[in-house]
Amino acid sequence: MTEKQALFEYLLRLGDSDMILAQRLCELVGHAPALEEEMAIGNVALDLLGQARSWLEYAAELEDAGRDADALAFLRNEREYRNLLIVEQANGNFADTMARQYLFDAWHYYLLQALKTSADDRIAAIAAKGLKEVTYHLRRSSAWIKRLGDGTDESHEKMQAAIDEIWTYSGEMMVADEADQLLQAAGIAADLEQVKQQWQAHVAATLAEATLTQPADDSYMQTGGKQGYHTEQLGFLLAEMQYLPRAYPGATW
Amino acid sequence: MYAQLVDTGVKRVKGLDEMSPEERNFQEKIDAEIKIEPKNWMPEAYRRTLIRQMSQHAHSEIVGMLPEKNWLTRAPNLKRKLQLLAKIQDEAGHGLYLYSAMETLGADRDEEVAKLHSGEVKYSSIFNYPTRSWADMGTVGWLVDGAAIVNQVVLQRTSYGPYSRAMIRICKEESFHQRQGYQILLHMMREGTEEQKAMVQDSINRFWWPALMMFGPHDGDSPNSAQSMQWKIKRMSNDDLRQRFIDQTIPQLELLGCTVPDPDLKWNEERGHYDFGEIDWSEFYSVLKGNGPCNRDRLRTRRNAIENGAWVREAARVHAEKHNKADVA
Repeated sequence: MTEKQALFEYLLRLGDSDMILAQRLCELVGHAPALEEEMAIGNVALDLLGQARSWLEYAAELEDAGRDADALAFLRNEREYRNLLIVEQANGNFADTMARQYLFDAWHYYLLQALKTSADDRIAAIAAKGLKEVTYHLRRSSAWIKRLGDGTDESHEKMQAAIDEIWTYSGEMMVADEADQLLQAAGIAADLEQVKQQWQAHVAATLAEATLTQPADDSYMQTGGKQGYHTEQLGFLLAEMQYLPRAYPGATW
Repeated sequence: MYAQLVDTGVKRVKGLDEMSPEERNFQEKIDAEIKIEPKNWMPEAYRRTLIRQMSQHAHSEIVGMLPEKNWLTRAPNLKRKLQLLAKIQDEAGHGLYLYSAMETLGADRDEEVAKLHSGEVKYSSIFNYPTRSWADMGTVGWLVDGAAIVNQVVLQRTSYGPYSRAMIRICKEESFHQRQGYQILLHMMREGTEEQKAMVQDSINRFWWPALMMFGPHDGDSPNSAQSMQWKIKRMSNDDLRQRFIDQTIPQLELLGCTVPDPDLKWNEERGHYDFGEIDWSEFYSVLKGNGPCNRDRLRTRRNAIENGAWVREAARVHAEKHNKADVA
C-alpha cells in the first residue's frame, strides 16, 4: 500500500462516517421529541454533511480519476463504503439515537483534536473547522446520556439498553489497520491508541454520572466497516440515499 | 395563506363612536401605525384572533417540514442535500419564533400544539399535498414559499409588534428559499434530460392550483377579513394578494419555459394584471376539512413525534428537578 492509497482510504473513512451518520439523522427530521431537538438534530446533520463534503472533495482530488465528491457519495456501493459500523446502525428510539451519537461524538472529538496537528495541512484545516462543531455535538450528546440515564426509571432502562446494544460497534473506532499505521508513521493520521485512552476516560466519566453501567471490557467487538464489510443495514440506507443518481444516470440536478 | 381561515369571533366591525374609551384608544394607535406590544391593552377578540393566526402560522411551518423531509434522504447530490436540510431547519426555527411570539399573548405552546393534533386548529392546506418527485422540492420552494412571501411581506407591517418583527426575520430567509427552489427548476429545465423537464412540468401542474388556494377564499367569502383588516392583523385582501402573486410569478414561469394548467390565464392590458380561471373551491374546503391526500399522514407523523417523545421530555424534566434540588442543597 502506498502512502497515497492509504491517504485515499483514510479520507473516505472520515467522509463516509460523517455522510452515513448525517443520513441517519436526516431520517429523523420531523420526528424529534421536541421542537428544540428538531433544531439540534438538523444542526448536527448539517455539520456532518459539510464535513463529509470536505473530506470527500479532498479524496476526489487526490484520486484524480474523474470522480467528484458527489460521485464518491452517490455512486459507490456498500462494499466500497468505508464508514464505521456504528454510524450505519438504525435510529431506534431516542435513547438508541443518542447512545450511537455520543459514543461516536466522543471518538470524533478526540480524533479531530489529534488531526488538527496533522502533517497534512488540508487535513489539519478540515479538522480544526470540524472540531468547533463537534465540540458542540459532544456537549449535547453527553448531556442527553446524563439526562436519560439519570432521569426517570423508564429513561434509565432505555438508555442502559441502548448502550448495551450499540457497544459492540464501539471497538472498531479504535482499531488501527495498515492504512492507519502507515499514515500515523508519517504524522498524518491520528494515533488511535491515544484516542482510545481519551475516549475511554470520557465515556467512563459520562456513564458514571449518568448512573449507567459500562458493558464488560471483554465484550465482543464487531469490526469491518473501515474495510468495506458492513452490517445488513447499509445497503438499504444507500439504496434510498443514492436513488436519484442511480435511477437517472448522467443527469445533473 | 399559512393561516387561511382565521375566525375573529366578531360578527360586525364596530365604528370608533361605538367603542369604549380603551377600545378607541387601541384603534387610534392602530390607525396611526403604532405597534401594539405585549403589555398594552388589547381587545380580547384581537388577542384571541392573533393567537389563532400565529399558531396556525407556526403549525404550518412545522407540518411544512414533512413534505420536504420526504425527499431529504433522497436528495440527488451533496449541495442539494445541504440546501434542503438548511431550509427545513430554518422552518423549524420559524416555528420556534412564531410560537415564542404567540406566547407573548399569554398562550401556551403545548396547548396550541395539542389543538393542532386534535384537529381543532388547522395548518395551511398546501402541506396536505404529496411531494411526488424531486422537482417538487423546486416547486415547493418557488411557488409555496413564493406565495408565503407575498403574504408575509405585507405582514411585516402587521399591527402586533412581536409578530411583525418575527415576519421581518422570516421574510429574509424565505426569499432565499424561494430563489433556491427556482434554481432547482431552472437547472432541470436548462441542463436536464427530457425526463427531468417532464418532471418539472408535472410538478407545476400539480402545485399550481393548491398554491393559489393558499391565499384563502374570495374576499366576499371571507367573513373575518373586515375585522382583521381594521385591526391591521391583515393588511391586504386575499384576492389582492393572490393577484399580486400571479402577476409576479407568470414571467418567472415563462423564463422556465413551462406552463400552468389554466386555459383562462392571459394578460389583461386594460387591468394591468393577469386574468385567471376559477379555483375549485370544493377541493379547497374539502382539504381544509381533512380530506386531502396527506392530511392523515401529516397529523399522524406530528402526533407520533410528540407522543413518542413524552418519555424523553419527562426524563429531562425529572433530571433538571433532581439537579436543581441538588444545587440548592
